[in-house]
Amino acid sequence: MKTKELLLDPVVKNNPIALQVLGICSALAVTSQLKQAAIMGAAVMIVTGISSAMVAMIRNKIPNSIRIIVQMTVAASAVIVADQFLKAYFFDVSKQMSVYIGLIITNCIVMGRMEGFAMKNGPWASFLDGVGNGFGYALLLLAVGIVRELFGSGKLFGISVMSLTTEGGWYQSNGLLLLPPSAFFIIGVLIWILRTFRPEQIEKE
Amino acid sequence: MSETAGKTLTVAAVLCGVCSVLVAGAVVVLKPKQVINADLDFKKNVLMSAGLLKPGTDINEAFKEVEPVVINLETGAIAEGVDPKTFDQSKADKNPDYVQEIQKTQDLAGIKRRAKLQKVYLVKKDGTLDQIVLHVYGKGLWSTMKGFLSLDKDALTVRGFNFYSHAETPGLGGEIDNPKWIAQWPGKKIYNEEMKPAIDVIKGNVDPSMPHAEYKIDGLSGATLTSVGVENTFLFWLSENGYAKFLTNVRNGEIQ
Repeated sequence: MKTKELLLDPVVKNNPIALQVLGICSALAVTSQLKQAAIMGAAVMIVTGISSAMVAMIRNKIPNSIRIIVQMTVAASAVIVADQFLKAYFFDVSKQMSVYIGLIITNCIVMGRMEGFAMKNGPWASFLDGVGNGFGYALLLLAVGIVRELFGSGKLFGISVMSLTTEGGWYQSNGLLLLPPSAFFIIGVLIWILRTFRPEQIEKE
Repeated sequence: MSETAGKTLTVAAVLCGVCSVLVAGAVVVLKPKQVINADLDFKKNVLMSAGLLKPGTDINEAFKEVEPVVINLETGAIAEGVDPKTFDQSKADKNPDYVQEIQKTQDLAGIKRRAKLQKVYLVKKDGTLDQIVLHVYGKGLWSTMKGFLSLDKDALTVRGFNFYSHAETPGLGGEIDNPKWIAQWPGKKIYNEEMKPAIDVIKGNVDPSMPHAEYKIDGLSGATLTSVGVENTFLFWLSENGYAKFLTNVRNGEIQ
């Protein structure tokens, strides 16, 4: 496969959230603010890319009987390093995101790409595939984040766009959007839109 | 891919070794920076409650005006033989020598126990006491809300406060972070004429012509339980179980 396909296929054609419906949990948790969504997206991109590349490097050495736990170990190490890095350089954000960075390990996208792609392909291709899938995940997170932050608290990236009635402005915020379940509705609508334009993504009965 | 037990074990062992070196390395290398961050974040919260944090303020520079002291809540005096620089509040909160159970009827904040030693911060201005920053925490609707309350040197007037940690409902109870709501606190009195804790978070908005408007705070609409939690947290920490004795000592000029 070509570099471009590896990177861009997971964005629309095979989006991990919209088509494979993976990684939903964190998509609910971290999208009430765009800044969190952006950092989470970047962290998943890096973790998926690096752990896929590492698994691909040792894919011929991994005994089949313990392959899942080997992948887990690699991914967990990458997640801890990313978490520590955020704590050192983006302290405010890491404080807000608390456990969710650590929980990247439970994000099915990471495991899914290692088991589904990196075990059969070379390190470079696997790296690109991991980054591409992380990118698809990040874009969807950002889309959800824009809707939730803009209509939930009238801001984008923490900058006031629509002044709230509670602060003397005109916009009555939608409280539901600040709560995690609202992300379900938004993701549902996004999947609907995506499948209207790409009917081949609709599952057969 | 040969599948012998020996090979499986070797791969597992090598992988564990490599991964642990990676993880441990990252932790060791990044630790100093994280400690600095946590420290800065803490100082930032203290300064914020005292209203000393303006855009562009150098946190470490501004914190030079702040003198931490450890006080004993039972006597209200500065605790002897405790170095505020090395005193760790979170460790003291778990130290059986310091922790005291609170009687159920008096446990307004819903915290069950608290350490009798508390670190407080004396904010100096030109060398004399200007503000006192107290650590307060209590149960809201979902979470323990933790914050700093800053009082004037008269130990009666609120200078500012903020919660640095809570998990109340965003948009409802979470509005305790709203700068507009926080802005009504400075100037309020915490004790009434009989020196009883008097902070009162009411339903609806405070009309300045109301009797006792100086104790009253707007309730948060749609967040009655959080509002009650905030009120009770303050009532508890300003009571005899909390900082009352210490604040009396401040008023008597015993704390400089």
